[in-house]
Amino acid sequence: MTIKGFRQITFSINSKERTLVIDMRQSLLEVLREELGLKSVKEGCGVGECGACSVLVDDVLVDSCIYLAIWADGRKIRTVEGEARNGKLSMVQQAYVDEGAVQCGFCTPGFIMATTSFKEKCHGKKVSHDEIRKAHAGNLCRCTGYQNILKAVEKSIES
Amino acid sequence: MFDLKKHVKARSIDEAIALLIENPGARLIAGGTDILIKLRHGKQGFSELVDIHDLPQLRFIKLDENNDILIGSGAVFNDIIESGIIQTHIPMLKDAAQSVGGPQIRNVATIGGNICNGVTSADSASSLFALDAVLEIRGRKTKRNIPVSDFYFGPGRVDLKKGEILTNIRISQKNYKGSSGFYYKYAMRNAMDIATIGCAVSLKTKNHVLEDYRIAFGVAGPVPMRCKITEETMRNKKVSRKLLQDISQAVEKDVNPRTSWRATKEFRMNIIKELCVRATKEALKRAGEEI
Amino acid sequence: MAVGKPVKRIDAIAKVTGRAEYTQDLLKPGTLVARYYRSTIAHGRVKTIDVKKALNLKGVEAIFTFDDVPENKFATAGHPFSVDPEHKDVEDRLLLTRDIRFMGDEIAIVVAKDNIIADQALKMIKVSYQEYEPLISPLKILDKKARQIHEGSSNIVGEHEFAFGKNVDEEFKKADHVIKGKFETAMVQHCHIENHISYAYMDDIDRIIIVSSTQIPHIVRRIVGQALSIQLSRVRVIKPFIGGGFGNKQDVILEPMVAFLTLKLDGKPVQINLSREECMLGTRNRHPFFVKVKTGVMNDGTMTAREMDVISITGAYASHGHAIASAGGSKQSSLYPRMATRFHARTLYANIPVAGAMRAYGSPQIIYALECATEDAARKIGIDSVEFRLKNIARQGDMNLLSGKEILSCGMAECLIKGKEFMDWDNKKKEYEKYKKGPVRRGLGVACLSYASGTYPVCVEIAGTRIALNQDGTVHVQVGATEIGQGSDTIVAQMVAETLSLPYEDVRVVQAQDTDVSPFDTGAYASRQAYVVSNAVLRAANELKTKILNHACLMTGKGKKALDIKKGNIIDVNTDNVVMDMKTLSMDSFYHKERGCQLTAEVSFKTTANAPVFGCTFVDITVDIPLFKIKINEIINVHDAGVIINPVQAGGQVHGGVFMGIGAALSEEVLIDPDSGYVYNNNLLDYKFPTFMDIPQIHHDFVETFEPTSGYGNKSLGEPPVITPPPAIRNAVLDATGVCINSLPMSPRNLFVLFQKNGLIGSIRS
Repeated sequence: MTIKGFRQITFSINSKERTLVIDMRQSLLEVLREELGLKSVKEGCGVGECGACSVLVDDVLVDSCIYLAIWADGRKIRTVEGEARNGKLSMVQQAYVDEGAVQCGFCTPGFIMATTSFKEKCHGKKVSHDEIRKAHAGNLCRCTGYQNILKAVEKSIES
Repeated sequence: MFDLKKHVKARSIDEAIALLIENPGARLIAGGTDILIKLRHGKQGFSELVDIHDLPQLRFIKLDENNDILIGSGAVFNDIIESGIIQTHIPMLKDAAQSVGGPQIRNVATIGGNICNGVTSADSASSLFALDAVLEIRGRKTKRNIPVSDFYFGPGRVDLKKGEILTNIRISQKNYKGSSGFYYKYAMRNAMDIATIGCAVSLKTKNHVLEDYRIAFGVAGPVPMRCKITEETMRNKKVSRKLLQDISQAVEKDVNPRTSWRATKEFRMNIIKELCVRATKEALKRAGEEI
Repeated sequence: MAVGKPVKRIDAIAKVTGRAEYTQDLLKPGTLVARYYRSTIAHGRVKTIDVKKALNLKGVEAIFTFDDVPENKFATAGHPFSVDPEHKDVEDRLLLTRDIRFMGDEIAIVVAKDNIIADQALKMIKVSYQEYEPLISPLKILDKKARQIHEGSSNIVGEHEFAFGKNVDEEFKKADHVIKGKFETAMVQHCHIENHISYAYMDDIDRIIIVSSTQIPHIVRRIVGQALSIQLSRVRVIKPFIGGGFGNKQDVILEPMVAFLTLKLDGKPVQINLSREECMLGTRNRHPFFVKVKTGVMNDGTMTAREMDVISITGAYASHGHAIASAGGSKQSSLYPRMATRFHARTLYANIPVAGAMRAYGSPQIIYALECATEDAARKIGIDSVEFRLKNIARQGDMNLLSGKEILSCGMAECLIKGKEFMDWDNKKKEYEKYKKGPVRRGLGVACLSYASGTYPVCVEIAGTRIALNQDGTVHVQVGATEIGQGSDTIVAQMVAETLSLPYEDVRVVQAQDTDVSPFDTGAYASRQAYVVSNAVLRAANELKTKILNHACLMTGKGKKALDIKKGNIIDVNTDNVVMDMKTLSMDSFYHKERGCQLTAEVSFKTTANAPVFGCTFVDITVDIPLFKIKINEIINVHDAGVIINPVQAGGQVHGGVFMGIGAALSEEVLIDPDSGYVYNNNLLDYKFPTFMDIPQIHHDFVETFEPTSGYGNKSLGEPPVITPPPAIRNAVLDATGVCINSLPMSPRNLFVLFQKNGLIGSIRS
């Protein structure tokens, strides 16, 4: 049975397949937070200006606030909840902790997903500060002045 | 949640056209970076959508048998940045694509959306103007080609009729081969910003003489524009510092910037007169010229 | 030993895993959504309001208008209550208003089951207005015939004057030169990434629980009690993790309303989660200032007299009111204490969004004007900018003539010397002589600051700490000090670990604040937290240490002087041998049937001092004249914040402050239509706060002094770094171009106008 305005979608969320019936009006952000309890996905603006809601869709960094949830059908979604495994932080997460790149922490999950996607794209290749800046320019942080985040990104690329 | 009344997914171009005809109040949504923001802000006219998000038929960048470059309207900016074809043949368009928003936006926003929403600040538009790009527009049983420079009617108004869809953008070989170009975006920030002025220059030189010179602007008028008078005056001129000054002088007559709360007409004019020099210099540098 | 070590933030792992819970992450299922109906005019009065149609919309729970709210006016500023009526905050606010004082003022509120229905209902509300001319410029506001934005106020929220040192007028007469300048600063916004959000529900017939993103949970409880005329014991405020505040959450904005709504709706949970656009329009911002400065200086470079006249604009409501101008003005007495100084300030109402507390509370405006004026004086005399400052700044042992207190620790001179060396100032100065012509020029700039470590003696400075020993020898700490991202919980853990000689990992600071259980503290503001809490933590930790050692004596029969704690063990002081570990001691104290008890200590302590801090910015810039752009090549802030408790976190505070200072210097400005009061750019696209690509590498350094009035020698650091980048950059632009840019921000659109005025445009093109 289909209810008007609702759609069934099947997708992988942090490596687990899930099928959900969702309201077509929902953003991916809302489905992740409200239906799946993935509260790391933060809303800072709702219009793609701050990057706090960044997640990976098929390993591509997107703002989940301006991404319709129905578009996730058949895709692979990653949020920061899936990055630490068996009680161990990912290298990116660990670098953020080690370099003091976290203050209020509200932008942190989005930043970590941006760095994760960047790191995977770099394949261990050396990167310049300008490339790091460019790859994180869609994530706003008001606490750190981006300084220790830059160090953390550098460190996670090296590791 | 977005205040959506209706959403239909198109699985092909033909289906998208059929759905647009079936739902006369509906708009196309591709990347969503424009439409979903409008919806969120409660703008009227976007509550019915025909969804062409990530439609494979529209997402490509290729060379055809004539070596013309074809860019599908559903190509996202990151596709353009990473395309070997674009990097080799039209680095200017890579400059433009790279200057759009931030990484998240470039990963989902499409070049077709950038053109079809009809804004003068679209970063890709001035480059496409300078390249004499041609838009292929399909309707039910119709197909027409229209130069990008004829596509804009006014702010937010473009030459798309009911049931029509922009399928691809053609940049013919004669418009890029042997040309060097540069896109200079002037904005208040280095990322996540809209252009105060965008300037695209495409040129060819032979024996240090400008064989071809094209200059296009975004935000220098209500829609993106070419500077035809300047172009004609500069053609066959020798590359020199004087040439750059002449361009700066000439361009003033071509453009028509407006005052808005973001910037005054005078401010924009000053930027235009400087940007044309800097963009031309960079394009000349790419052409191997020294000044 | 934990103090001085770059230990990892206590909450870093919770945050990188996304498990740290912020207000929105804790909403109860079915929480209703409340949305304000905001005025579409800046100045006027509601003639009629019709909510009938909206009320009939399915999914609408209730609608309240100005007719439905309590009539008792309250103040929203997050200040401790003042027993002195002179210092009482201005009470000019109701939950909803019929009198419109800015575009965006709150007239009604819709409660619905979700945001879409709430928004649809808002569109159905019909309002008609009696409109008045918006009062926006000081000239219009102060016009005798101007309408009073708040009845009886004459549009002036506060005014005061003070003078210290010798007779100012005589010193001006004696001065070799008198230099005048006029300066303006822009309205800027905090832009914490987590918007304002609060929700409330009831857990009893008469008990309200408020969960809120606030810097000041205990103050919230008091003000909600006042706004709704209910007992404090009936209000419980919980502060989970906070996504930044910067002063904007040192104001009670949403909490009284959500409390009111849940009361009206029989305890149903109700949230207000402001959109970014609303947050930037309807919360608080930094007061724009208009400052006139007069400086008297002698030919040898001694500044002898200064006069400042300030107009501060608070906007539609008082909020922190005149306290901003007052606090800003008071810091100069510790920066240049030997000058005869007179300061006069007025704070005005205006039909624009409401100003409140923001990082450094008036100093970014006052010190900006002061340090621009100081630069102008140095240039008039022809003495190097650094030398000139070294001649005039405070030294240890100087008297702060305004507070009457001696300056006990002062590293101002050392900061300047360190910064100068880092910048290679003298060599660069010579080198940059080549870059004073043509379209692209270079320059160097410097500016100094002094700030305070709290609000005493204007306000009470009280902090509470409770430490309990757990069975396994670890400790739990509760403080009223409010963690908002600045790192205060980590600092507290370090202090406790230091005094108890415990490993840092064995100290757990309870993160969430809950007014039902947390010790009293007024909250995170005034950079007070680490300084004021240090005195409570030191005393509580010492008390617990005594109790632990007493128990060890009971267990071992040894004398008190024979034992101590070292690295988590009880040791014999004579032999340094371990007598027992902390777990053994603790298990005994808990479970021995006759002796001992749970070992805890609780201290509430009032700090009755206020240590001045010092610092400076050095900057090296390039000015691209034809593009009206300033590029920072190099920037460093050097601070004297006393003992640095955690160098990584301290560095993070400096980075964040300098970043915010650069934004205020170069691009940030809330743009308001001067006729209608309409705000153009209340979103993160059009409000230009710097992205990753706009910020250069930020260097920092410290000059460590020891402040005797602080528990661990530390002073304030949270706010000061934001103060000096704007004047330092302005002074560098002056160095590069010879042009005084005396208004902020030095954005391209503003530089265009000022370069044009000074003849820099047109003749110069690349």
